[in-house]
Amino acid sequence: MAWVNAIIQGVLTGGLYALFACGLSLMFGVMKVVNLAHGDLAVVAGYLAIFVITVIHVPVLWSFLVVVPVMAVIGYALQRTLIQRSLNRGVLTTLIVTFGLSIVIENALLQFFTANSRGIGAGLPLVQDSFSIGSQIQIAYLLVVIFAVAVVVLSGLQYFLSRSKYGRLIRATADDQEAVQLAGADYRHVFGIAAALAFGTVALGGIAYGMYSQLSPTTGTDTILLFAFAAVVIGGLGSLWGTLLGGVVLGVAQQIGAQINISYELLAGYLVFLAVLVFRPQGLTYRKAQS
Amino acid sequence: MSVATDAGPRRAEAFRVTRSRRNVAWTGIAALIVVVVLAMFPYIVYSGTTSILVQAFIVLTMASMWNLLAGYAGLVSVGQQAFVGLGAYFVLILAINGTSPFAALPVAAIGCGVVALPLWWLVSRLRSGYFAIATWVLAATIMLIIERFSSIGGGTGMPLPGFSGFDPTLLTAYTYWAGLAVTVLSLVAIYLLLRGRLGLVLTAIRDDEVAARSSGARVGLARMLVFLVAGAGCGAAGGVLAISQLQVQPSAVFSVQWTAEMAFATIIGGLGTIEGPIIGTAVYMVLQQTLASYNAWYLIILGLVAIAVALFARRGLWGLVDTRLHVRLFPVGYWVRLGGEHPGGVRTGPARPALARNRNRKPT
Repeated sequence: MAWVNAIIQGVLTGGLYALFACGLSLMFGVMKVVNLAHGDLAVVAGYLAIFVITVIHVPVLWSFLVVVPVMAVIGYALQRTLIQRSLNRGVLTTLIVTFGLSIVIENALLQFFTANSRGIGAGLPLVQDSFSIGSQIQIAYLLVVIFAVAVVVLSGLQYFLSRSKYGRLIRATADDQEAVQLAGADYRHVFGIAAALAFGTVALGGIAYGMYSQLSPTTGTDTILLFAFAAVVIGGLGSLWGTLLGGVVLGVAQQIGAQINISYELLAGYLVFLAVLVFRPQGLTYRKAQS
Repeated sequence: MSVATDAGPRRAEAFRVTRSRRNVAWTGIAALIVVVVLAMFPYIVYSGTTSILVQAFIVLTMASMWNLLAGYAGLVSVGQQAFVGLGAYFVLILAINGTSPFAALPVAAIGCGVVALPLWWLVSRLRSGYFAIATWVLAATIMLIIERFSSIGGGTGMPLPGFSGFDPTLLTAYTYWAGLAVTVLSLVAIYLLLRGRLGLVLTAIRDDEVAARSSGARVGLARMLVFLVAGAGCGAAGGVLAISQLQVQPSAVFSVQWTAEMAFATIIGGLGTIEGPIIGTAVYMVLQQTLASYNAWYLIILGLVAIAVALFARRGLWGLVDTRLHVRLFPVGYWVRLGGEHPGGVRTGPARPALARNRNRKPT
């Protein structure tokens, strides 16, 4: 039973990891930007949520209504300024700039908010409570909600990109910016919108992690960015549903590792990631015909 | 170091090829003098100064290696702390088994170079951005594995043994010389590497990877070689780090901060030149020493400056010097001069940073 429990917990935390990963995947898919500051921006979103909750007294569960739009605006602005500028100068500059951003954000958080870790909404029934199946399996409501949110966000994104008019424009821009520009659309604006979407999901991921566990300045890199990346690679680059699968595989690997020995949790996740890199570097969901 | 290679008998012809626009033989002599003076420092300055310089040597070695990766081979690794940590642990393990930590340094360097081979096999499957994060994941994984072994200190680390017989003053001096030796050897190795065939291949890759490939340049092999050398160099720097701190702590030696420092120093000084990391390290040390009492501020400022340099002055501080004076302290490229007079200068050679590569291309 303990193993069944580990697998269920793993699947559910996989939803959280998919939430981390879809912003990374989206920005790479559309702009070919690998945003190394991805995780730190999620932490910024989490801290913003804490600020909104404690200072403006927005109810905890509705804090995302403020934080997600704010992060989306920040995403648009960052894309139009720093990231676009660095894109014009090549991939190398993009990496250097986002890595610089990551280190700056992390150390600024450390400087202004200390290294203390803080949670979001501790004590709320949704965050604390769980229900049990049988005597051994205990499932936190929060994890179920986060998993549901991840599925909704991913299907929403998938639907938006494949069906809507603007989604088509985004895909067209991802394929050929110059052609889009010739057709009368400003690809920089489209990139900005894609970044805003990505940052919105980053904000959700940051808040969700703050509720699930605790946020500290270093969480952004040593947890969120690396897990998001592992989920993307395991699932297969550029596929949104693959990202969910990748998150789930990572989550299950970690929980099974933790079941063997609690200190194997992180290591087990990374070892699965390395195994995928060795045996199936194109990811689990890769199909040849896929564009 | 280098004398302009005049094409002696062909002087009558319309052009000649030199390594630099100016004769830089004097820089070779100057470099030698600088090294000799630096080597005498333990006799003439306080130990506080030498320990700051040891720090500078560590950063300079790492920055030069990162420069080789990013500036010449186009590989942005944010996981070089894996090798810093491994180097430190090689020294620790050998010291536990009775080897002198100083004698362990070359072993640490070679060991890291060897370990870099399977790691390259793993991460080379991914390109640019994903390569960067993959190296980061590798560094995290290696740290987690090392923390499993309680005989080498587990998660908390342990003090470095093997120093019991040393007089403290002598130990400081030895540490300093070890740091100096590692740095000088690293710089010489990089210089020779870039002057040789590998430098030419890397230049070709930088300018046009597809063309280089189709002309028979072994792109993958060149990149792998650079990755191995950078691994060995960062390992040696990690070994010096362990000796200078007299202890090894996994979260400290495997900290991503090392990669941040080496990357920022390189970018500020000038990516894609050997001189860049030297200047960048000087800037880094000045900032770090002045802002030492303000905790994380030096990294914040360093990061902001690096971002600004990457966006607005891609060739860094040395680039500014070079544009005005056309000086190359470590000439690895060639100048073609028409008539032996003023250059209608076509400069080849890996002097321009790889950053410039995609300047006019659409972002792909």
